[in-house]
Amino acid sequence: MGDSAKDSSAGICFKRSTKLGFAFWLPAAWIVFVAFCGVSANLWGLPEPDLMDWNNPAAVPGTKGNILILEQSGEGVERLYIHLLGTDTLGRDIVSRLAYGARVSLAVGLIAPGIGLVLGGILGMFAGFYRGRLGAIIVGTMDAILAFPGLVLLLAITFYLGASVQNLIIALGILTVPAFCRVARANTLTFAEREFIQAARALGENEMSILIREILPNVIMPMIVYALLVVAFMIVIEGALSFLGLGVPSPTPSWGGMIAEGREVLEETPHVSMIPSFVMFLTVLSFNLIGDSLRGLRDTKEGQL
Amino acid sequence: MVVSMKFLGKKFLRLIAVVLAVTALTFLMVNFLPGDVAYEIAGPDAALEDVKAIQEELGLNKNVFIRYVSWLGHVVSGDFGKSFRTHRPVLDEIVSRLPVTIELLILAQFLALALAIPAGIISGYKAQTGIDRSLSSTAFAMISIPIFVLALVLIFVFALKLKWLPATGYTPISDGLWLNLRGFILPALSIALVEWVPLMRVLRSDMISTLKEDFILMARSKGLPVSHVLFRHALRPSSFTLITILGIQIGHLIGGALIIEIIFALPGIGRLFVSSIFARDFYMVQGCVLFIAVAYVIINFLVDVFYSVLDPRIRLEERNG
Repeated sequence: MGDSAKDSSAGICFKRSTKLGFAFWLPAAWIVFVAFCGVSANLWGLPEPDLMDWNNPAAVPGTKGNILILEQSGEGVERLYIHLLGTDTLGRDIVSRLAYGARVSLAVGLIAPGIGLVLGGILGMFAGFYRGRLGAIIVGTMDAILAFPGLVLLLAITFYLGASVQNLIIALGILTVPAFCRVARANTLTFAEREFIQAARALGENEMSILIREILPNVIMPMIVYALLVVAFMIVIEGALSFLGLGVPSPTPSWGGMIAEGREVLEETPHVSMIPSFVMFLTVLSFNLIGDSLRGLRDTKEGQL
Repeated sequence: MVVSMKFLGKKFLRLIAVVLAVTALTFLMVNFLPGDVAYEIAGPDAALEDVKAIQEELGLNKNVFIRYVSWLGHVVSGDFGKSFRTHRPVLDEIVSRLPVTIELLILAQFLALALAIPAGIISGYKAQTGIDRSLSSTAFAMISIPIFVLALVLIFVFALKLKWLPATGYTPISDGLWLNLRGFILPALSIALVEWVPLMRVLRSDMISTLKEDFILMARSKGLPVSHVLFRHALRPSSFTLITILGIQIGHLIGGALIIEIIFALPGIGRLFVSSIFARDFYMVQGCVLFIAVAYVIINFLVDVFYSVLDPRIRLEERNG
């Protein structure tokens, strides 16, 4: 898995400008929009994501339908509702499922790399700072994990742990640790022998505080830039697992699951699959573009580790 | 030669170590994670005695380390256990699926190279121009498309709308090479359209630096045609990184092939693996993980060795470092 995250980091930047342009702000706006939709999904009177409109299965965008809304009194009331992006094969509103699905995609996409960032960062900094036996053990363990093709290891972990959002996040988090560890180690190595570290040593600072106060601030930026590219990859992986039916268990809406459900009617009503596909593509592209812009801004070779 | 033997020996020892670690991890997955295999085999209604009997039969009540060593002994002699589902030996089942997966991987890598080499050369030669920019932007967009989405789009366009190629299904090679290949075109293309991007990128940047060399200027000034200079003179020295990436990519490729085999209903290892997961066929899952991981480690080892044969600098670095 580290491989592909690395691939996407070997980005294309023609002009290394010092300002963030459209290639940063437009994708950033999209991510904020998706995150906002996900967080506030339950606030705008959208039908529940698993509410079925039996009269309108796989309806085209803009179809008018009747949905049952639960009033605050607890009574169900039929209400006219326009399915802006149509419905899926079971008549569930696509807008609503996209918004609720964003929760899963972003939760997995943001928390899993967070776990990798923290664990991998700590291990990598130790491995880079203590280059003796401890460093060798850490590097060796990480190499063993990297020896598994990512998706295979992930499927194995979710198979034995059972599929749920929580387990998925843990498994994906573990999977990203080696890559983060490498980035942190390589960056630590470049700083460990620098003069300011020697100065801190000469001043009698202990090693723990050198690691935290001197090295961490220098290592954290390249790690965060790298994390953005991992986020994009995590969203794809979560999508792939849900697509295979091994990720987020149904009926929780997830983009990958929506794409898979639309496969049956791909010929007659392609929008059922294609709308979530497009949303996922835009989100992944956005994270890649943001990561690439930030990397271009830093203008160093560190991003290519 | 002495140096290279020593170098190979060191690499080989590392290979053995990683393979051992991989087997240990695979073994531990079945043994330490929640849910005892014996309960799983016996089913939800089984009596405690049945579960005990199965534990006894599988040797689950012995020390973990002893079990690992005896399991490893079986694995080395080719005994991966039997599938709960089909009662066939796991290894036989895997080997019988192998040709499909290998054919898919080779075709995909071939198509990826067929896209990446011309695109990389043109991009490098015309660096910073409109052609380069549009090629690179296309590549950037392509790598953001999830592989299963790409596969669905290809199916939609080429199988459902244009009806040029079959959407799913596998025809054995014995029924005719063309029929067999037809079924592989869309699956291989789905993988290739994602995988060509990193290949093209490294070739482009290596090409740019090679084209600045004096021998290229020399070739040009002799009046050789541009295409001759690009393909004959510049491509070879620019392809070292490309070959490394080809090796690194294999892990990614295997993951991609797994999803693609399911979408296109190709009876390869990936499909066997995922269907065994659904059937909770423990030994089959374990066998697949082990087989894929070991194959992956060995391929990486071979790529490493091959690369050091091509580029002597690597051997020297290893010796000095």
